Amino acid sequence: MAHYGEKKVAVTGVGMSDISRNATKTPMALTIDACMQAIEDAGLKRSDIDGLSSYPGADNNASGFSPIGAPQLQDALRLKVNWFSGGGEVPGQLGAVFNAIGAIAAGYCRHVLVFRTVYEASARKMSKQANALFDGGRAHGQLMNFAPYWAMTASVQQALYFQRFAHDYGLKPETTGRIAINNRRNASLNPAAIYRKPITLDDYFASEIIATPLRLFDCDVPCDGSVAVVLSHIDAARDCRNPVLRVEAVGSAQKVRYSWDQISGEALARQATISSSAMMWERTDLKPSDVDIAQLYDGFTYHTAAWLSSAGFCKPGEENDFVGDGSRIALEGDLPINTGGGQLSLGRMHAYGQLHEAATQLWRRGGDRQVQKDLTVSINTTAGGPLSGCMMLVRE
Amino acid sequence: MEPTAPPRPLPALNDDNQAFWTGGSEGKLMIDRCGDCRAYVHPPTPFCPACESRNVAAEAVSGRGRITTFTINHKQWMPGLPVPYVLALVEIDEDPTVRIPTNIVGIAPEKVAIDMPVEVLFEQVEEVFVPLFRPVEG
Repeated sequence: MAHYGEKKVAVTGVGMSDISRNATKTPMALTIDACMQAIEDAGLKRSDIDGLSSYPGADNNASGFSPIGAPQLQDALRLKVNWFSGGGEVPGQLGAVFNAIGAIAAGYCRHVLVFRTVYEASARKMSKQANALFDGGRAHGQLMNFAPYWAMTASVQQALYFQRFAHDYGLKPETTGRIAINNRRNASLNPAAIYRKPITLDDYFASEIIATPLRLFDCDVPCDGSVAVVLSHIDAARDCRNPVLRVEAVGSAQKVRYSWDQISGEALARQATISSSAMMWERTDLKPSDVDIAQLYDGFTYHTAAWLSSAGFCKPGEENDFVGDGSRIALEGDLPINTGGGQLSLGRMHAYGQLHEAATQLWRRGGDRQVQKDLTVSINTTAGGPLSGCMMLVRE
Repeated sequence: MEPTAPPRPLPALNDDNQAFWTGGSEGKLMIDRCGDCRAYVHPPTPFCPACESRNVAAEAVSGRGRITTFTINHKQWMPGLPVPYVLALVEIDEDPTVRIPTNIVGIAPEKVAIDMPVEVLFEQVEEVFVPLFRPVEG
């Protein structure tokens, strides 16, 4: 297995700006906070960074979805890089990390700075536009087939998959409720999280129905913030400040139709998690039972439920039993998930908040939310329609 | 004055998708089909992924199908939006892998179910005939 390129790469530093619903700083200021913190955390200087990668690339509009891209940051920090990349046509939100891993394995770079910046909370306060997917004018691209049908936001569109998952696998609202409660409890112990007041099943069932079966508490929270991660060649990582967090395996495969409406068969409910997970497990000798903590994508609660079985922690249809009363997925349980609060409660950092959290836990910096058992192996996953990817870190 | 329902956003038409979005002018649901191996191809694409033929053209289908999945949207995202409404994927009877995003109309939203048989109708907006579906009568 040692020949797989990702095993030559390690996470060496992480940084996170303030995450909020009402930033007091600009998107660039937040990005600089996260990036400078990550570089310092790795024990590096700006001049050591020779690669730059970001998801999903600057969108150059007022949506707040991606206000800062790799070119802007390269210029702002005056980075001298051998390679850079930013874009959204990648296998899930962690695609910028997979690209950086490739650049390091190919020898273009030794230290790649990866970042994700969002400004959606502030942007929506400034805009009266309620339709996040279609901005007026004629619709182009893959989502155009949804345009006439008031598929106003990701939540309405994603509810289609949630409904089918519940239909095919018997997923109960108590289970998605337990996932929301778990993430909120973890957030209550994380000073960086946006929503920190614990919730109960009664609160979950009382939360507003957005689009059946999706309730408000199934949805993550749009936010303002930036997260940065430094990835380094394993040889250089051993000279950095932190214990080495080696990338053990990546799952980037897309073997189902990349389509928001034509995705078919098992993948209508499970999406591309099936093929990305299979690839990750093919590239490691480790097994699901070796995983100590899991940051499972929670753009919506059912993403996390689907990943429990897609990643192999239980069989499809056993998600209700696996989650049970929530104790197994809690900080004290066999498989703590979304230990920092996830996107449901920390804020929608599109998988990068959870990558920051994985390193935080593996380096035992989790404070009140630190998982107390020994931690060696973590996985991170992404989801949302045909978006999917996953990766595994091992602390050496 | 009551706010009026917002206009449906419309797709940009081109030579590939024109037949699908305007077939309703003749009451027909038009789906691309391979002239050689007869496979259906959707969304409209000038290539058959089954046999690699470029001989693909839109043909009328029955307009009947089943609900693959759906959601009842309750959130009024903008003034005038008539909630609740049903967003669904419908698979056509001729090929269940052909899926059409749509709204289900002519039925109380709470009565909509996966696998329910439905048939097409069209709502004209500008030059576009938007395919909607309603339950099959009887």
